[in-house]
Amino acid sequence: MTDIWNTYACEDFYDEVMSSPGNARKPAKKLVSYFKTLSEETVELHRKAAESTIKEMGVSFTVYSEQGNIDRSWPFDIVPRTINKTQWDVTAAGLKQRLKALNMFIDDIYNDQQIIKDGVVPSYVLEQSENFRKECVGFSPPLGVWAHICGTDLVRDADGEFYVLEDNLRVPSGVSYMLENRSITKRILPELFEEIKIAPIDDYCTQLFETLIVLSPRDIPSPVVAVLTPGIYNSAYFEHAFLAQNMGCELVEGADLVVKDDDCVYMKTISGLERVDVIYRRIDDLFIDPEVFNEDSQLGVAGLMRAWKAGNVGLANAPGAGVADDKVIYAFVPDIIRYYLKEEPILKNVETYLCYDEEQRQYVIDNIEKLVIKPANESGGYGMLVGPHSTKKERDKFVKLINENPRNYIGQPTLALSTAPAFVGKNQLEPRHLDLRPFVLQGKDSYVTMGGLTRVAMKKGSLVVNSSQGGGSKDTWIVE
Amino acid sequence: MLSRVAERTYWAARYLERIENTVRLISVYDKLMYDLPTSVGIGWYNLITINSAEEAFDERYKVQDERNVIKFLLSEENNPVSVVSNLRFARENLRTTRDVIPAQSWVMINELNLFVTENLQQGINRSQRFNFLNGVIKICQQIQGLLMGTMPRDAAWGFMKLGRNVERADMTTRLLDAGVRAQLQVMDDAEAINSQQIIWGQVLRSLDADQSYRRAVRSSVKGHQVARYIIEDTAFPRSITYCLSAVKDSLEMLPHCKPVVSVVKKTQKDRLTPMDYIDLGIPLKDFLNDMQLDIAAIHSSISKNWFTYQ
Repeated sequence: MTDIWNTYACEDFYDEVMSSPGNARKPAKKLVSYFKTLSEETVELHRKAAESTIKEMGVSFTVYSEQGNIDRSWPFDIVPRTINKTQWDVTAAGLKQRLKALNMFIDDIYNDQQIIKDGVVPSYVLEQSENFRKECVGFSPPLGVWAHICGTDLVRDADGEFYVLEDNLRVPSGVSYMLENRSITKRILPELFEEIKIAPIDDYCTQLFETLIVLSPRDIPSPVVAVLTPGIYNSAYFEHAFLAQNMGCELVEGADLVVKDDDCVYMKTISGLERVDVIYRRIDDLFIDPEVFNEDSQLGVAGLMRAWKAGNVGLANAPGAGVADDKVIYAFVPDIIRYYLKEEPILKNVETYLCYDEEQRQYVIDNIEKLVIKPANESGGYGMLVGPHSTKKERDKFVKLINENPRNYIGQPTLALSTAPAFVGKNQLEPRHLDLRPFVLQGKDSYVTMGGLTRVAMKKGSLVVNSSQGGGSKDTWIVE
Repeated sequence: MLSRVAERTYWAARYLERIENTVRLISVYDKLMYDLPTSVGIGWYNLITINSAEEAFDERYKVQDERNVIKFLLSEENNPVSVVSNLRFARENLRTTRDVIPAQSWVMINELNLFVTENLQQGINRSQRFNFLNGVIKICQQIQGLLMGTMPRDAAWGFMKLGRNVERADMTTRLLDAGVRAQLQVMDDAEAINSQQIIWGQVLRSLDADQSYRRAVRSSVKGHQVARYIIEDTAFPRSITYCLSAVKDSLEMLPHCKPVVSVVKKTQKDRLTPMDYIDLGIPLKDFLNDMQLDIAAIHSSISKNWFTYQ
């Protein structure tokens, strides 16, 4: 099947795999020549094998709009995306640097607010931040770390450089899919793992466990660690179960836990109550404790904040960590890195216009057709406007929204997101846009996954990669 | 172990057992219907009665024929005792206990799910039914084998075993009940003696007990001996006596088990008393009825003791 590779149209964007039609980039050379040797039928067989593997492994996710179906199979394209190891090492260093600075920022924000006093970050961004939790003021968790697990979205622009698109410091998901993608590829393309030096990724769960266990308030040989899930109807339930299973932890729901008068958290077991030391919570801040936040929440545990502030339980990520993944704060991250670490940022931000600033707002409104407009606190790709793909009516709506609440909106230039070849039908190979979500851990040490989760916009020309909106995924290879 | 996880593990085992038993039952009936003279008048509808699903069936179907009964038992999504429903429940329970069960069992239940979804029509049509039913039984046994070979003998195992044996005991009473009913139906028939042989032979086969019965009882298939064997034998893993003692064994490896153990002991003492099997009619029916109530009582005692935290 040399033809489809030779006619693969990759000139319009930076392509991750091909440098020109028929010619692969260096880390993808062996991969592409292998694919060229495969017949049309073999490729079809591989695609089918991947599909049935996914069904058998039960890799699924939930789409909220499809009521009742909690079992949509994970969409996967069999051509891996490759990244050069040398470039990745620099990127990984940049990710660690970024999370380190963000954690110092969060700790400062809930305590002295020195960075505001010094005029580096204006006070208005905090005053109107939706994710600032006044309940956390004056508190500092162990090691001063608030966000232990971060999922950073990276994109590659036309220049081939990685840019940070956003930091997810609340409950980032996707890591289990990254791991499952690799096991699928190992099953269907085993020959390639012999020939190519692909960095392994399977130590993530061990690293996560090590990060969590450090948070235990009790100095005992095996502290009790639990993953707190909202339950099977959550879109990431598959992942919650996967992580609990792979770390050997308990998978708990809010109703399994109780906080007693001694401000300790207990789980309801068949032998009575057993104390829990560390909770990896996959429930949003506002739902974790009806005593403090949303009082109608059935998902959380009454008294959890009390227990955490008393130092009787470790929570990852700490409540309030989301203050730093506000998209307005995002614009200040390079300054935040310089301020706390006295270093130049290794990774670049995408240019960002803050609508709160009058001059920048005018620019955004004047150029809305060219820009992407994002709300400051949404995730999952919801509530945004992609200027070049929008109608006049949608743009007018957004201008109105911006004027009503300028603090809540930012504008960014529409990036020429990089592409990679994907099979979109039998013997049909076409470029599709993608991004990358590596996962960064910070506890005593820092850790970055080798690569991350590559999400692909499976619709032609689309820039929306979210799996909840028709995105697919690929295995990601860091190649030496 | 979390109470909720214990409960779901217990139910996962019950549903898995139920799937295998339902399928086994259909496959036995399938063969029984070929052998019995049509004049005997034993209908497919007996399968509905065994499962106490008359009401649900009658709501949906007017005709009590083979096709409707099989459809109802295999594929009816609104019927809580159908294979498809039990599979869904088993899968939901395994999905939510993935932290305590072997990872491979999740893969296998997905395989079973795919197999059933893709081949359901085969099970409904008579010509391919055997392959379908056999395929389901095979995967169920693979799962049991996997659990047996890889699960640590901890509390999760205890609850699995508990669920399996409670369900088994319950199913055995139902299968015996089916035999008694069929027997009562053919009583006055000219070919009664021959039919009785066939019926009790099928009861044995539906429990996979025909071979072990012959070895243990060393006699031809006679109704009263079959009933005694299936109720009293201490070695056959689906006999009521065996299941109850397996339930007791699993209970004893769990914390704070005393109150539940005493409920089981009471059943063993009061119910498993010497019985006159020669008259297979009403006394046996009453016994089976009481036994089903006792099993229900054991279940609620388990649930109260471990699953509902106050």
